[in-house]
Amino acid sequence: MSEPHSATISVLVRNAPGVLVRVAGLIRRRGVNIHSLSVGPTEDPSVSRMTIVVDTAPERTELFAKQLRKLVEVLRATAIDGTPSVDRELALIKVNVTPGTRMEIMEIASVFRANVVDLTDRTMTIEVTGRTEKVDAILTLLTRHGIREMARTGQVTLVRGPQNT
Amino acid sequence: MARQATVPSKQRPAPRAGTINGAQALVEALRREGVEIIFGVPGGASLPIYDALYDAASLRHVLVRHEQVAVHAAVGYARASGRVGVCTATSGPGATNLVTGIADAIMDSVPIVVVTAQVPRAVIGNDAFQEADVTGITMPITKFNSLVMSAAEIPHAVHQAFYLARTGRPGPVLVDIPRDVLQEACVPEFTDEVSIPGYRPVLDGAPNQIAAAVKALAEAERPVICAGGGVIGSNASPELTALVEATGIPVVLTLMGKGALDELHPRCLGMLGMHGSAYANWAVNDADVLLVVGARLDDRVTGRLKDFAPRARIIHVDVDPAEIGKNKSAHIPIVGDAKRVLAVMVAQARVPQIESWWRQITEWRERYPFRYHQNSNRISAQYACDLLNKVTGGRAVATTDVGQHQMWMAQWYRPREPRHFITSGGLGVMGFGFPAAMGAKFACPDKTVVAVVGDGGFQMTVQDLATAVEHGQSLPIIVLNNGALGMVKQWQSMFYGGRFSSSLLRNPDFARVAEAFGARGIRVERPEQVEGALRAALETEGVPCVVDVICDPDENVLPMIPSGQSVAEMILDE
Ligand SMILES: Cc1ncc(C[n+]2csc(CCOP(=O)(O)OP(=O)(O)O)c2C)c(N)n1
Ligand SMILES: [Mg+2]
Repeated sequence: MSEPHSATISVLVRNAPGVLVRVAGLIRRRGVNIHSLSVGPTEDPSVSRMTIVVDTAPERTELFAKQLRKLVEVLRATAIDGTPSVDRELALIKVNVTPGTRMEIMEIASVFRANVVDLTDRTMTIEVTGRTEKVDAILTLLTRHGIREMARTGQVTLVRGPQNT
Repeated sequence: MARQATVPSKQRPAPRAGTINGAQALVEALRREGVEIIFGVPGGASLPIYDALYDAASLRHVLVRHEQVAVHAAVGYARASGRVGVCTATSGPGATNLVTGIADAIMDSVPIVVVTAQVPRAVIGNDAFQEADVTGITMPITKFNSLVMSAAEIPHAVHQAFYLARTGRPGPVLVDIPRDVLQEACVPEFTDEVSIPGYRPVLDGAPNQIAAAVKALAEAERPVICAGGGVIGSNASPELTALVEATGIPVVLTLMGKGALDELHPRCLGMLGMHGSAYANWAVNDADVLLVVGARLDDRVTGRLKDFAPRARIIHVDVDPAEIGKNKSAHIPIVGDAKRVLAVMVAQARVPQIESWWRQITEWRERYPFRYHQNSNRISAQYACDLLNKVTGGRAVATTDVGQHQMWMAQWYRPREPRHFITSGGLGVMGFGFPAAMGAKFACPDKTVVAVVGDGGFQMTVQDLATAVEHGQSLPIIVLNNGALGMVKQWQSMFYGGRFSSSLLRNPDFARVAEAFGARGIRVERPEQVEGALRAALETEGVPCVVDVICDPDENVLPMIPSGQSVAEMILDE
C-alpha cells in the first residue's frame, strides 16, 4: 500500500437525524483519521453536503466512497482524488498585536488577501480564505506574533466545470 | 391503592373511531408484512407491544429466556426459510442483549427486523431507567436503524425496515420505538410504497461485463467457481447448478456457501479456506480463472491475500459494490444479484476444455480426502459428524455452534440443498447453534432440524431448552463434548506450546441437564453407541433430545492453513 495522503470525499446526504454520526462512524471504524469534515446545506434544503478530508492511501479512497454509498441516507459519494477541483477553507485567527507589530501583521494579511475583522489594543482577528496550503502559510507567518486562538472550517470542495461533484 | 387496578382490558375507554395505538399499528404493520412468528422477551417499555400481541391471533410470539436467543432464532428462521426473521426486546438491557445476534446478522447478511422499545420521548437522553442509546449502539451493526418519534410513522418505518432487510444485500434493520409512542393514539396509514432516494441496489449485471466473464470462463484451462452465502441468500442455487452442468467447471464453497450446490454433485469440491479441503484450496491456488459469486473473500477464505489465487483472473459477482475489490481486486467486476447474473451466464455459457484440469483435481482429491481415525476407545468427533451426515443423508437442516465441531461439520456434513447448513460464519459467535436450530424448526416444522454444538458454546444459551420444551420441538441437539474450548485448545497446542490456559472445561452432565428441563437426554461414551443414539435423537418426537457425545479431547481440525498464511503452508493430516 502506498503512503497515506489527504484525500477528499464529497458526500451528499439526506438531512436526517444521525447522518453525521453514521458517516463519521463509518470512517472511524476503519481506523482512519478524519483531517477535516465540513457540513452545510445545499441548493436542495432536504440535502446537505459533507466534505471530508481523510488521511488514507490513494487506492483506498474509492473504497471509502463505496462504503459511504451503502449508507441509506447517502445520496452520492465522490472521491475527488485527481479530478480538477476548487478547494477552499476559511480560518479565523486571533493574533497578539502591539503598537509596534500592528502594521506588519496588517501587511501580512493584505498579501494573503485576508481581512481584519476585529481589532483591540492587544489582539487582531484575521479572516482568511483559500486552499489549505494558503491558510497554513499565513499561519506560519503569524505564529511568531503569538496566535491566541483559531477556528478553521475545514475544506469545502466542488469539482471544476459543468460536471457534478 | 384503589381496587380498580385490575380493570379488564375490554372496559378500557374506547379509542376514538379509526384510532388505534402505536403498538397496535406496529402489530398490524408486522401482520401486513406476512410475519407469523416473533421471538422476544417483554419488559416495561415494551409492555404496550405485548398488550397488542395479546389480541393478535395471527401473530405468534415465542417467549425465549434470553434476548440473544431471540435474535439467533430469528436468524435461524430467516436462513432456513428465506423469509425475514423478527425479534423484539425491551429498552436498555433487553436491547443490549440483542447486540451480539445483530452483529452476527450483519456479518452473514441475514434479513431480520429487530423491534426494540425505548424509554418515553420526554426522558430520552436523561439516563432514564433502562435507557440505552440503542440506535447509537447498533449503528455500525445494522443495515439501517431508526428511532420512531410518532405513532403515525410506525407503519412506514416497519415497511421500510422489511424492504431494506430483504432487498439488495440483506441485513438486519432495527426499529426503536419509545414507550409513549407505542401508547399514542393514531390513525395509521399503511402503505406499500417505499421511496428511499439513496438506496437503489443494482440487480442486473452489466451485459458487457457478463459477456467478458463468460468468455474468460470458456477460454480458461483451469477455471474454478467459488460460491458464497450470497448464492443462497439470492436463491441462486438452480442457476449455479445449471452453470456448473453446462460448463463442467469445478465449484468450491465458502463456509457460508455450503449447500449452494448439492455437495454430492461430482463437480463440488466442498469448502475452501483455513479448514477447507486440500483439493479445494489447491484448485483455487492453480486456477487461471476464478469466478467468485456472493462471497466477500474474508481472511478465513483467502489467508495471505497476495498468495490467494495468484494465477487467476478474478471475476467477482456481488450485489454489494463495496465488496468488489475490497480485499482482492477483480479483473472483471460484476455488480448484480447472483441469481440474475448467473442466469444470464447460463444462457451464454460455452464449454471450456478442462479434461486435464479435472484429471489433476481428481488426483488431488484421491490423494488428500478428509480423514479421521476412529479407534475402539475414544469417539472421534469427526466420526460423529460423518455418521450424522450418513444417517440424515444430508437432507436435514443442520446448524452448528462455533469451534472445532463447526469445522468438522463443515468438512463432513454434505448438505444436498441450500438453507440446510446454518452456522455463524462472519462473527463466529458461540451460543448460536441451538437457538438458530430452534428458529429453523419454527420455520420448517416438517423438516428434520438438528443442532450440532460444542460443550462450551452450548452452555452459552442452554437455558432455552425450556423454550424448546415448552413448544414441543422435535429437535435433536448433538453435543460434541471434548471437555474443552476445543478450538482455543487446538491453537494453544499448535501455537502456544501446549499451555492450556483456561481452555479446559468441567462440564455438567448434559443428558441430566436436558432431563431437568423436560427434554430427553442420552449420554454416549463408546464409539459403537453413537449411531444408535443419533438415530434415537432423530426419531424423538415432541421434545428436544440432547445427545452428549463424549469425544476424544485431543483431536485437531486439519487440514489447516494457519492464520495469515497460504496453501503452501497448509498443515495436512499425514
Ligand atoms: C461468544 C464467543 N466467545 C468466545 C469465542 C472464542 N472461541 C472460538 S471457538 C471457542 C471454543 C468453543 O468451544 P466448544 O463450544 O466446546 O467447541 P469445540 O471447539 O470444543 O468444538 C472459543 C472460546 C467465540 N467464538 N464466541
Ligand atoms: Mg468443546
